Amino acid sequence: MLTKDQIAQRIAREVENRQHINLGIGIPTLVANYIPDELDVVLQSENGLLGIGPFPTEDKVDPDLINAGKQTITITKGSVLFSSAESFAMIRGGHVDLTILGAMEVSENGDIANWKIPGKMVKGMGGAMDLVASAENIIVAMQHCSRSGSSKLLKECTLPITGIRCVKKIVTDLAFLEIHPDGGFVLKERAPGVTVEEIREKTEGKLIVNGNIPEMKF
Amino acid sequence: MIDKRVKNAEEAVRDIPSGATLLMGGFGLCGIPENCIAAIEKTDVKDLTIVSNNAGVDDFGIGLLLQKKKVKKMISSYVGENAEFERQLLSGELEVDLIPQGTLAERVRAGGAGIPAFFTPAGVGTEVAEGKETRDFEGKTYLMEEWLRGDFSCVKAWKGDYAGNLIFKGTARNFNPMMAAAGKICIAEVEELVPPGELEPNQIHTPGIYVQRIFQGENYEKRIEQKTITKKA
Repeated sequence: MLTKDQIAQRIAREVENRQHINLGIGIPTLVANYIPDELDVVLQSENGLLGIGPFPTEDKVDPDLINAGKQTITITKGSVLFSSAESFAMIRGGHVDLTILGAMEVSENGDIANWKIPGKMVKGMGGAMDLVASAENIIVAMQHCSRSGSSKLLKECTLPITGIRCVKKIVTDLAFLEIHPDGGFVLKERAPGVTVEEIREKTEGKLIVNGNIPEMKF
Repeated sequence: MIDKRVKNAEEAVRDIPSGATLLMGGFGLCGIPENCIAAIEKTDVKDLTIVSNNAGVDDFGIGLLLQKKKVKKMISSYVGENAEFERQLLSGELEVDLIPQGTLAERVRAGGAGIPAFFTPAGVGTEVAEGKETRDFEGKTYLMEEWLRGDFSCVKAWKGDYAGNLIFKGTARNFNPMMAAAGKICIAEVEELVPPGELEPNQIHTPGIYVQRIFQGENYEKRIEQKTITKKA
């Protein structure tokens, strides 16, 4: 089973040189720690910044510089600040190359649910609906099963969805999977020590297994 | 130059009536009009519809107006940090319209720019699309969303001049420029108010034409929600 950091680490291997990337709150934020130094990438924060730097040292904390998770941040050389309208223009306009976000459920056709649990508190979708409706390349970081053990990789989402047919890749604590264009979770890699059988058992949606499935290396 | 100066926040907000639609800048607690919120809190105004990306926290930002039961409806994209908000929502005291953040930004931008509606991919196939017109363009489905405008807007900038020209700082810009343009009367509070000619015209983010009242705010708290630091190596 992968730790949250290992999920982030595995996702970071999907990052390509010269990409503009939007990282969601939670595990996706950790991905920034594992992007290789030799790649030139720019991180976008939808509250109006391209070029997110590391968290500040105590003496550099600036309340006027936060990321979309409201954490204090710094800016990098060559960064640019802009309004929320400009920010979502670049998102909807397809200028952001990669979106990495968390999910509560993903369906085998790439639908994602991550904003609402009816009957419980509704926090709102923030920028997630705009991001998933617009990005060509969406990677989801999530747990394979809920705390009670039920699969979160489903035939159809049971929770209110955030976007339809948009997820391309998924990294869970058990596996790295891709969404097949005709539907289905294509198993690409197993987490260390996890068997194909266990993944099959814990995937409610259609699992596609072709040949030998390699184990992830860290 | 048209001099837009008013004395202070109390004078700036004095004629906001009960039932008004009020647009507010800010993302989380970053770039919120602290002085205007504090001044509105002291008035008798109620039944406000507030358009703002977030709803503040329990004891700061728009949370202060919620505590005083001044808000009838919130139009926001994310409201996760406010327990009083949750209580009022679940008890039915408060109406809430949650909309995607980019749609919120664009609806307000459209309001200020005189565009009554536009098509966006955000929310297609979700609850957000219920009852809304969709249309296909080049094989993809889009949702029609309408503009949002306000009777008043309250924005916060770093610097401004007497004519209402504004410059923002860092990520405190966020929703402020759109809110400014979409408010029939825009009240701008700034950390530093300077005479005309002091701001470099090339560097102005919001032209003063959108701003009707401006004052220099005081005692900015600029509360941080998630202080996250790197330890020095």
